[in-house]
Amino acid sequence: MIKKYNDKEVLKGISFEVKKGEILGFLGPNGAGKTTTMKIITGFMAPTKGKVEIDGKSMEKNALRIKRKIGYLTENNPLYDDMFVYDFLKFIARLKQIKDKKIEEEISRVEKACGLEDVILKPIGELSKGFRQRVGLAQALLGDPKVLILDEPTSGLDPNQIVEIRNLIKKIGKEKTVIFSTHILSEAKEVCDRILIIRQGEIVASGTPEELTAKSNKETLIYVKIKGNKEKVFSEIKKISELEKVKIKDKESNDIYGYEITPQEGKDIREKLSSTIMKNDWSILEFKKEEKSLEDVFRELTK
Amino acid sequence: MKNIYTIIKKELSAYFNSPIAYIFLSVFLLSSAWLFFQNFFLNNQVSMRNYFYFLPWLFLIFIPAITMRSFAEEKKNGTLEILLTLPIKDSDLVLGKFLAGFIFVLTAFLFSLVIPVSIKNLGDLDFGPIIGGYLGAFLLAGSYLSLGVFISSLSKNQIVAFILSMFITFVLFIIGTPFVLNFVPGFMTSFFSFLGIGSHFNNIARGVIDTRDLVYYFSFIFFFIWLTVKNLESRNYN
Repeated sequence: MIKKYNDKEVLKGISFEVKKGEILGFLGPNGAGKTTTMKIITGFMAPTKGKVEIDGKSMEKNALRIKRKIGYLTENNPLYDDMFVYDFLKFIARLKQIKDKKIEEEISRVEKACGLEDVILKPIGELSKGFRQRVGLAQALLGDPKVLILDEPTSGLDPNQIVEIRNLIKKIGKEKTVIFSTHILSEAKEVCDRILIIRQGEIVASGTPEELTAKSNKETLIYVKIKGNKEKVFSEIKKISELEKVKIKDKESNDIYGYEITPQEGKDIREKLSSTIMKNDWSILEFKKEEKSLEDVFRELTK
Repeated sequence: MKNIYTIIKKELSAYFNSPIAYIFLSVFLLSSAWLFFQNFFLNNQVSMRNYFYFLPWLFLIFIPAITMRSFAEEKKNGTLEILLTLPIKDSDLVLGKFLAGFIFVLTAFLFSLVIPVSIKNLGDLDFGPIIGGYLGAFLLAGSYLSLGVFISSLSKNQIVAFILSMFITFVLFIIGTPFVLNFVPGFMTSFFSFLGIGSHFNNIARGVIDTRDLVYYFSFIFFFIWLTVKNLESRNYN
């Protein structure tokens, strides 16, 4: 899809496919085009060029039928504050053309799925942000849509609420197609089966969280905290072959330092390092291999 | 149809669950009754002609007050996005909003029936002009509403929608009045008087029901509803 606002190209040709039972994460800095893409998928806007197809049917030609298959949680989750949660869900259920007989059943299903039992008879305006978000999610789940589009579902929630919503998404994602956007990397890594990184209206990387991490994992660091004379440790470690460089990262006390050791590319020097330490009778207080995180990948790609 | 009904219901409960509806109804009924009865006994005539004479002017303020929130509020809050991604036609949404406003105005009229009931024993009341007056008032209200809903769909700001609708209905109302027609070049007078909302209303309120007036009102309402739908669809091309 390509989308132009006036003459500015917001989406410069984004193309992807999502399968059933897959959770796809949109990752990108603010203004990258995540929300625009979602607005197009849900039929709120049409793309300037290109099209959205669900089950082989295009939004352009079958708008009503396709919209019935989509549940959408919009960014910032706007709701009618003066409506009661129950009335709101009923209103949406009716507009989703759920049969009158099934509406009650359907509302109690999403009420349970989203944990709304305690607030169902309250006005939406009185709810906390976490509950609002759940109401938004419940609204999206009404009618059991095949595809769920969730625009930053966890933004503005406290850590407990975030975990709850994430678990909910994971649960839902088992049977449905979920596309969700976030700018929190750990979240994408934890929840998604596949991640698309978007920058300035283009997909700059895609793959499973592991693949993306592996991509720029050429550089491995070893962090080791050693108790022993600093100068001695330095000179002994430097003797190890296949070593690129060593530097002091932190200091705990006079003779306890943390060292960051960079091996030559593709080389694993952990064994050599440990035998050096043993030989000299130093104590190892910490030892870990540090890989480049998804955060680094993200920062590199979206800079 | 069912979607339209659902939207009407939601709109009406939004009116009646907040103080807006009650404030609106009481202020409307009080001010219209005051304006009417103020001169009623001086005129020494049992008729509602005066009532229908100033009704269009009251509508100028009250109808935009009803319509200003219809789309502007949804746009501002972002709830419009929810509605437009539901499996309903844009036209269902617009019709639902328009009809909810219309039903609300009908409620106000229902209460205003107190006036003919209370004056009918004071003398010979001719019901013809009253029925005509009410019919004209419905059509006039419908026209103002359709225009107001359209203006509301253009803006995110309710106040802007209110003032703009008031201004445009005012202009459309006065261009058909004799006062303005005096200043219009001769060949344009019939055009202006046809275009003006007021002149059509005066015909009907007198009890003269002409198809030309009916056609005028229905096309006016249809045109602005259509324009609102087109405006909602235009989000696709921006």
